[in-house]
Formats: sequence, structure tokens, C-alpha cells
Amino acid sequence: MSATRPKIKARPPTRPRLGKIGESVPRSDGTPKVMGEFAYASDLHAADMLWGHTLRSPHAHARIAEIDISQAVGMPGVHAVLTHADVPGRKTYGLEFTDQPVLAIDRVRYFGEPVAVVAAEHPEQARRAAEAIRVVYELLEPVADPERATEMEPLHPDRPTMGHGYRDDPRSNVVRHMVIRHGDPETAGDVTVDGVYEVGSQDQAFLGPESGLAIPDGEGGVDIYVATQWLHVDRDQVAPCLGLTVEQVRVHLAGVGGAFGGREDLSMQIHGALLALHTNRPVKFVYNREESFTGHVHRHPAKIWCEHRATRDGRITCVRMRILLDGGAYASSSTTVTSNAASFALGPYRVDNALIESTSVYTNNPPCGAMRGFGAVQTCFAAEAQMDRLAAELGIDPVELRLLNALAPGDYLPTGQLIDGALPTAEVIRRAAALEPPAPEGFPRDPIRLPGGAGNTTRGAGVHRGVGFAVGFKNICYSEGFDDSCAARVQLYADGSATVHCAATEVGQGVTDVILQVARTELGTDRITLAPHTTATVGSAGSASASRLTWMVSGAVRDACRAALEEQERREGGEVDVERVHHHRPTTPLDPETGQITGERAHVALAVAAMRAVVEVDIDLGLTRVVWVGTAQDVGKAINPQAVHGQIEGGTAQGLGLALMEEIQTRDGRIVNASFTDYLIPTALDMPPVTVVLVEDPEPDAPYGAKGVGEPPAIVSVAAIAAAVRDATGRALTRVPIRADDICL
Amino acid sequence: MPRLRISLTINGEPRETDVWGGESLLYALRERLDLPGSKNACEQGECGSCSVLLDGVLVCSCLVLAAQADSHEVTTVEGLGAADDLHRVQEAFVAAGAVQCGFCTPGLVVATADLLERVPAPSDDEIREALSGNLCRCTGYQKIFDAVRLAAGIDA
Repeated sequence: MSATRPKIKARPPTRPRLGKIGESVPRSDGTPKVMGEFAYASDLHAADMLWGHTLRSPHAHARIAEIDISQAVGMPGVHAVLTHADVPGRKTYGLEFTDQPVLAIDRVRYFGEPVAVVAAEHPEQARRAAEAIRVVYELLEPVADPERATEMEPLHPDRPTMGHGYRDDPRSNVVRHMVIRHGDPETAGDVTVDGVYEVGSQDQAFLGPESGLAIPDGEGGVDIYVATQWLHVDRDQVAPCLGLTVEQVRVHLAGVGGAFGGREDLSMQIHGALLALHTNRPVKFVYNREESFTGHVHRHPAKIWCEHRATRDGRITCVRMRILLDGGAYASSSTTVTSNAASFALGPYRVDNALIESTSVYTNNPPCGAMRGFGAVQTCFAAEAQMDRLAAELGIDPVELRLLNALAPGDYLPTGQLIDGALPTAEVIRRAAALEPPAPEGFPRDPIRLPGGAGNTTRGAGVHRGVGFAVGFKNICYSEGFDDSCAARVQLYADGSATVHCAATEVGQGVTDVILQVARTELGTDRITLAPHTTATVGSAGSASASRLTWMVSGAVRDACRAALEEQERREGGEVDVERVHHHRPTTPLDPETGQITGERAHVALAVAAMRAVVEVDIDLGLTRVVWVGTAQDVGKAINPQAVHGQIEGGTAQGLGLALMEEIQTRDGRIVNASFTDYLIPTALDMPPVTVVLVEDPEPDAPYGAKGVGEPPAIVSVAAIAAAVRDATGRALTRVPIRADDICL
Repeated sequence: MPRLRISLTINGEPRETDVWGGESLLYALRERLDLPGSKNACEQGECGSCSVLLDGVLVCSCLVLAAQADSHEVTTVEGLGAADDLHRVQEAFVAAGAVQCGFCTPGLVVATADLLERVPAPSDDEIREALSGNLCRCTGYQKIFDAVRLAAGIDA
């Protein structure tokens, strides 16, 4: 079968360019991308290729009484119709716990859960065959309210997340429950403010839909070309379900059209491989937009109860928070999101006494997992609203209050961890607060610059301006004892040129150029070729997530380059081929009962950002317009400043979306807005100018001092923009996205 | 599936292909004519990733049936420039850092080329309005605006 493999268009070889660490380097994949020649997963093609299609559950919770494929199998062009009975290996998979069926077995737990897959000559034939599959469902009451989940029948009676070192919680449907108890949580203050906050479920809404091509190798194994965030962990999940060894499954990176966490879990990988092995033909999947909305995990919707206590002069004495996260039908990465939400719940402030309780639950809502900011987005929104309430109660300027309590190296996190790296909280606050917003604009003006645009019928009569400020932080790299490593392999040739292999996934963030910049810097040459990202030739790089990849890739490529140079020198020339695996300082788990560190640290490093936002709100119509955003971000060291600015601007746009417009809406667990017509993401008219200040305070432990930069802007912008809308309206606005009804009704 | 044959001019070249009546121009370009540059992000006319010029008019190719394009002229992103001779808009997108994942880029490049053809020196508001039908999830649009100004020769 390998003879039929290409016509996969190989991506044009990465051209060497000048550009070392610290220089703004144009993307090496920029030219093929602007020409339309870059091969995304949905662009792949192979001779004799079939099209795959997935039949999904129309119900959020039901028992499957019968699946009848007899009519579908005989339809024109159809080559295979497969159900759970055709999964040759393990019937379930999962990123952290194998609680999710490859294809539903006797029960569906969410709207859109895969039930059967079809391969046919034409995508329309595959769709029609899927429609012809008869599934008899017996409807069950959906667990739709996360606050009632612990009283309902268990969705996973075997409790897949128990026995993994987490706090033992006997309640029904608990994915993870954790408590951080710090100092004396009974400590009082002169003033107390409390509030209850809610965050809606956000979708990653990457533009490139889930796609991939599975090609049988003719010897029982399979090659999968797919848009993903972690090649090796995809492979490790796929192989057991196919009943194959990991060597028989090779996962190769196809062009990725954005990720933002939504490609950490599998989509078509197992389904495509099953069909390819069954038909002995290449099989391609391309989800449409509706299927993409149901086919990947979302940001956890959250409800957060807060009580902040402080002295009259503004020092926080005690914080008590309770966090509830709706994990949806399967665990995905909910356990880690639960912990992250708790670990960064207080914001980057010095707090000696705290009680934080964080719980994720199973429901029949869409499964939730990784999305940019990973738990810290939700708690930052709540904690920063509390800081503003506290400032108002105390009569202290909100920026001053934050400066007064700013967390710094030498302080402790509520988990008992000493901050021993860089954390310039006060500096990012001062730098962001010093940014001057544009002067207010009068009326009349072009309607395009009114809240709501030309749809604004008051012509500006009800427009109020508001200014908000917020600070947010989170961890960089994996945490809590998870073995964080990244491999890189360098073939250094006699003439000084080199080929670098690294399985790091280029999802649009620009890691390709980080690899090249590090290699150029270390090897002192521009003649560097980057080999395809694959599991076949190099060890795992870990995922493109947790703002970790710049750090980890830099370490691995640097180490491999230096080792190659040493080896070449030792041999007095010739060609050398070395692979090195980079680890950051070890972390250890948190104590399951107290949430305190069990070693020196649970997190290896932190990054902080501050943001000032200006909005205009038409308080009669409930329409909003973000006028300007100014932000200062702690980046350690900007490896490629242009790309860092791009990450900050893009992360800000996603935060603006969650603050003002984006929410996956469900009715009894069923998504009702799975399209770009109904799920709105910011357009060119919604995004304001963004002023960005990079604060370079090198992280002592990180290669070149560089921290990841992707997540902080998505965290802080939600809180800053919501604060500005509160300022403009005088309303409490305890829920995002802020809807027109919240403002004017 | 019943097929019909269409003939059209794509990027200046006469082309013919068989299509099924229900196929969009986008599908025909991508799957039958070996022109996958136009992208399939929403396939319902909301995102602009599939933008092409049909007889010189900017359209979402996902909303045009392949059969409708019979006897017409289509320009796709592949027709704008070559690797050694990029269109000024393509060059500007690379230089300004307007490309991240790049999935929206072909549509934005075509839409920007169309804008600058009609309005050689657009105002910021005109840029925003002209590109508001092209969704980008990575960049926050700032560097895309920079690229448009750069291509138009406007000082930021």
C-alpha cells in the first residue's frame, strides 16, 4: 500500500534563513501559507482514497438498544460500516483516563458522541450511508446541571478517576475534588466582599476543522497524518484500540489550522485507522463546522463562590473560594484543569490564609478539556472582579490595591511553594497602568465605530465609556509530578550543515521557527533543515500546550546541538547523529488532603500579565465595543518578538470573545449553536488596537530565560474587558460572556 | 452518483472536470481540480476562508455550486503569485507576521487583493469593514491590518 501513499503534497522544505534568538524572524512556513500551498490535514490526498464519516448521537443521554447497519452496508460506494463490535483492541481511550468509548457501546453520554463510522467513495455517499444506520435509543434523563450532578445516578459507575492519588470523594459523578488549605482560613479582615461568578463554555473554534488521512502499510500497521497537538500520545492512545504495537502505528503531523487545546484529545485518529485497516484503502476524514463543535472538548463552564477579606489599609488577609467545573461526559484533562483552577485561583497576590475547594463533575453536557488558559481563565475572572469589589469597598484605587498585594519572588503560593523564579507582577502592573488609552471620541461618528456598529439605532446617545484593569497568571510547563520532557535529534554533517528532528507540533504558534532559531544560534549556521514532525524518527516532544513548548523545545534542541558539536569535535569531524531529551526541574504532586506541596514545587515556573481595557457600552441597547487594550506581559525572553506580539494579540482576541460573545449553548445537554452563524467569534470589526509591552525578566531555569507566552493574554483579557464593561454600566456583571440582557434589562 | 461536466477558466487557464450536482465550487477546486489553497473552515459562508474571485467579484466558493461556475472565470489564491514572484499582498502578509496557523490566510489574501484593487489606499475603518467577513482565530487581526497597510504603501 505504500506505493499509493503520496500524492500527499509534501510541505515545501523549510528554507534556512538568517535569524537567531531574539530576532523577529519571518515564519519559515509563511510563503507556502500565503500561496495556498501549505498542506493542511484537510488538503491531503492519496490514490484510491475513501472518505470517512461519523454517525453521532442526537441525544445527550440514552441507552442503545440496537444498532442496525444492514441498510447502510449495501449502499452505493460504501466500503465499510463499523461499530464498537469492530474495534479489535481496547474499546475505550482517553487523554488521562480511558473512560471514553472509541464508538459508543451500550450507552451514549453526550450529544455528538460517535456511534458508528462509514467509509465510502464520495463524502456524500458516506454521509448518506451514516444516515441509513438505524439506532434504537432509549432516552435517559440527562445530568445537565453540574450543581446537581453529585446527587444523580453515576454516569461512570466504575469511577475511572479514582485511585490515581487524588482526594477520595465518594459522591456520585465527581471527576476530581481538591482542597488547598493554606495558613488559617478562619482569619478575619476589617472588610469582607463576596460574590458568585459564572463562566460560560468557550469553544477553541480553530479554523482548520478536524481532519486526517489514515493509510494502511500493507503489513497490518498504519500511518496517520493528522492535525494534532501531541503526536506520541496520539499514537499511544490509538495503538491499543487497534490491537497493534506502538511501532505499527506511526503518527505524522499534517498542517494544523489552529489548536488552542482542542486538538489534545483524539478526533478521527482511531476511526480513520480502523476504516483504513478494514478496507485496506487510505481513508480521509474532514469534519464540517457543526461536527467540529461537537467533535472536540471545550473550555469548562464554571461557577465560583468567593469571599475576600482584607485590612482597612488594603492587605488581603484571607480568601475563601469554591470552584465548580462542568467536565461533561468524559474526563479528558478535567483533573488537571481542576487543579490549575485551584492553584491560580487567588491571582498573583500575596495571601497568607486561604481555603480553596475545586471540584469537577461528570455531566451529560459536551465534554470539556484543554483550552488556552486551562482553568486559570475562569478563576482569574472571578478573583479580579473580587479585587475590584475590594478596592471599591476600601476606597483604594484598583491598580494601587493590586500593587499593594503583588506576588513576588520570595513569596509563597497557597500550595506552600516558594517562588524562586522570575515573577515581575509589580512591574507588569506598573507598565500596563502607565499605557495611555486613546482620547474619547465624540459624536456623531461613522456608525462602524459605534457599539454594535451600523446596527446601533441610538446613534451614540446611550454610549458610556468604561476602563478596566486586571492581572492574571498561570504556570508554565507541566506540573504536579507529570514527567515533562522533550526530545530533539540533530544530524550534523561534515560540512557544518544540519538536519533537526523534533516531534513538536507546529499549530500556528511558530514553534518551527523557535527550533530553527535555537539551532542557528547553537550551531552557528543557516544551513539547517527541519525534518518532518513524526513519531517515526524521534522521541516525544510532549504537547503544544501549557505554554511549555518554547521552553522545552529550546532546551532539547540546544542540548542536542551542543552534544552534536562536542561529538563531532571528539571524532575530529565527520557526520554525527545525536538525540537528547530535555527535562525541566522535577515537580511533585500536591498532597491530596491539604493541597500543599509534597516536595519543593508543584509548578516549575509562572508567568504574569496585566491589562488595561477601554470599552464603550450602549446602555440602552446592551451593545458593547472594545475601544483599546494595553497590556504588559512577563515573557522571560522574547525568542521571536514579532511572534510573541502575535500570540499576545491573538490571545487577547480570544479573551474578548469569552468576555463579550462566545458561549457554547446547550439545552438538556444538546448544543444549539454549533455554527459560526450562531457561535460568534471576534471579527476584524470587533478587535481594537492592542498596545503590547514585553517585560523581559529572564527565568533563571529556562533555556535562554524564555517563558511561554500563549496563555496569559487569554486569561487576563477576559477579566480586564469585563471590568471595563462594569465600569461603563455600573452593573455587577458576574457572568461571562456578558450578554445584552445583562446590561440593559 | 450522476455526474455533469463543467468547463471554466481558473487562474487564466481553461479547465474541465466532472462534478456531482450537489458539489460546491470549493469542493470542485479542492478535490477535483487540485487547487486546495481555498480553505474549508465553515462551508456556510461565515468565515471567508474559501474566498475566490468569480468573474472578478469576491465570493465564498462554498456558497457557489460548481455547476454555477460553468463557463465563468475563477481566480483563486494560487493564481495571485508564484514563489519567486509573490503578489504584494502575499509578501506583506509574510513580512508583517500576519500569518500564524494560516488557515484563514488564503481567503484574507484574496479579500485584501480585491480591496486594494477597488480602494488603493483604504482607511483603517475601510480595512476593518472589508475584512470583517474573514474570520481569523490566531492573530487578533492586528498584524493583518499591518499587512494591508504595508501592501497599500500606507504608513502605519
